[in-house]
Amino acid sequence: MKAIAALRARAFSQSRRSEDLTIGFILLALVVGFWILSPPGSFLSTENIKNIGVDASELMILSAGMTLLLIAGGLDLSIGSVVVFAAVLSAKTIDAVAGTSPTTGPLVYHDLGLAIAAGVAVAIASGVAWGLFNSFVILRMKVPPFIATLASLGMALGLAEVISHGTNVSSLPLPLQEDYGLGEALGIVPWPIVTAAAVTAVLWILLSKTRFGLRTYAIGANPESARRAGIRVDRHMLTLYVLMGALAGIVSVVDVARFGTATLAAHSQDALSAISAVVIGGTSLFGGRGRMFGTVIGVLIPAVLLNGFVILQIESFWQNVAVGAVLIVAVYIDQMRRQAGPST
Amino acid sequence: MNTPVPLLAARGIRKRYGQVEALRGADLEVGEGEVHALIGDNGAGKSTLVKALSGVVTPDEGTIELRGERVAFGGPRDAQGAGIETVYQDLALAPSLDAGANIFLGREPLRGGFRGRIGFLDRPRMRREAAHALEDLGVELPSLEAEVGTMSGGQRQAVAVARAAVWGTALIIMDEPTAALGVRQTEVVLSLIRRVCEQKGVSVLLISHNMAHVLRVADTITVLRLGRRAAVRRALDTSLEELTLLMAGLGNEADVDPEDEEDEE
Ligand SMILES: Nc1ncnc2c1ncn2[C@@H]1O[C@H](COP(=O)(O)OP(=O)(O)OP(=O)(O)O)[C@@H](O)[C@H]1O
Ligand SMILES: [Mg+2]
Repeated sequence: MKAIAALRARAFSQSRRSEDLTIGFILLALVVGFWILSPPGSFLSTENIKNIGVDASELMILSAGMTLLLIAGGLDLSIGSVVVFAAVLSAKTIDAVAGTSPTTGPLVYHDLGLAIAAGVAVAIASGVAWGLFNSFVILRMKVPPFIATLASLGMALGLAEVISHGTNVSSLPLPLQEDYGLGEALGIVPWPIVTAAAVTAVLWILLSKTRFGLRTYAIGANPESARRAGIRVDRHMLTLYVLMGALAGIVSVVDVARFGTATLAAHSQDALSAISAVVIGGTSLFGGRGRMFGTVIGVLIPAVLLNGFVILQIESFWQNVAVGAVLIVAVYIDQMRRQAGPST
Repeated sequence: MNTPVPLLAARGIRKRYGQVEALRGADLEVGEGEVHALIGDNGAGKSTLVKALSGVVTPDEGTIELRGERVAFGGPRDAQGAGIETVYQDLALAPSLDAGANIFLGREPLRGGFRGRIGFLDRPRMRREAAHALEDLGVELPSLEAEVGTMSGGQRQAVAVARAAVWGTALIIMDEPTAALGVRQTEVVLSLIRRVCEQKGVSVLLISHNMAHVLRVADTITVLRLGRRAAVRRALDTSLEELTLLMAGLGNEADVDPEDEEDEE
């Protein structure tokens, strides 16, 4: 009896590990497939790998935060608009402090360092502000997160348009783009990748090694039990929503630096892309379960698909179709596992 | 009752939910080191009284004393701080976490040094102490790493009891701990109740519908009816029939002190 129970438990924990591997294999298969099908030296070239990484970096940062939020049973649909809002405010700040008016000359920026510092601070602060707003509506006014963040999705974009009078904010200092957005750390790794990797590593450790991480799982698994265990659930959720906002602020900096402009029309899909990456990675939409490793893979799969399609000269529209299919397969596998495993 | 100053004394507890008056001046006294059963029909107010004692709900009226001192619980943390642990009727475990995480939830041990200060968990210690606590209670789990949600009802109950036993220093409250269990697992949990009481020297407040179980494990029995205490009996001095009548409101409700009570049988 005991031996059988032990065997079952072992088989169960192995199935959890193998499920991690399943999506890892899907990614591996894609990489190998594109490598075989693409002209030699194109897909797996250093340059192209950097491209994939840079393209995935913004979504990676957002998805890392979304992983924590979904595990805790929360949701934030507003992140794309918050990125735009933060980008507009920080771009305006940088312009104002750095002074790009013709009188200073095209390439002379006084106070460039100060301008960028102010821009970063403003970006993160505006993200935090939206995080606080979302928390207030969700935790105080008791509006479900889906509705609350759907509302702030519209509000943040609307306000960004009001502030920018509906036009993109461009003419940002060139060095920001050259040295950071398109620059490389030690001349090897592009800065956006370094930023995304650092953020992901910190959140990964936070989730898997700390008390905060354990409580994030506990709240998502059963908020009432967490409350009765003495955990301040609302305060924890507030921290997560504010963190999500701050990450959107960081993404806005990466974005402005990469493209040299704060674009109003970009990012409308960010929240859905992040949620889909997180879910592809095996995190439950119902909370309590999930891993950062899965999210990393879940972010890389669409990035690799898009890049591979471009290289193979398949219309990039197919990427959306393919990502949708992967999402369904990933959730299907999850459902099968749930039914196969012992029930709650 | 049993001692001059009871471990826990609740007096005149009232709690109203909208139109429903769940508790209408309920009293309860639990002595040191005893298993005290709280019985009553559905809706008698047992769970509500338990929630008041564990800080989950704040009573509208009434006082709670612990070892003779007035206490007021603003939340579960306050009650836990006073040494009162509760195994809730709906268990309140996190199904996707393992037994160790569930036992330590809210009071997780941290590592030493800098890493501990920034919130790094001491997982080995959590696992070790969880294993120890379960072993002390004679509970066998398939695996310490298994999610609690994958365990049987009895195993989950055992995890919940182990959590209470690890942290409870004064009183462990168990709300219907055997309600959802089969015969064999019920036996395990019943013996667990006595073991917790005897090994740790804490008192146990047991809520149950099953009077045969109550008569087997409890020292003292309080009958709750319509939000009030209907009677207190010593298990040795009462019978299944009497308890049934008391619960239905047909018994002799004279609230006699069991110490002085004449043996009526
Ligand atoms: N949160 C609540 N909101 C409204 N009414 C409640 C609430 N909790 C309890 N009640 C009501 O209070 C009364 C007492 O409920 P309680 O759960 O304390 O009874 P109980 O003795 O534990 O019953 P059971 O044996 O069914 O567990 C019932 O009429 C119940 O409907
Ligand atoms: Mg009840």
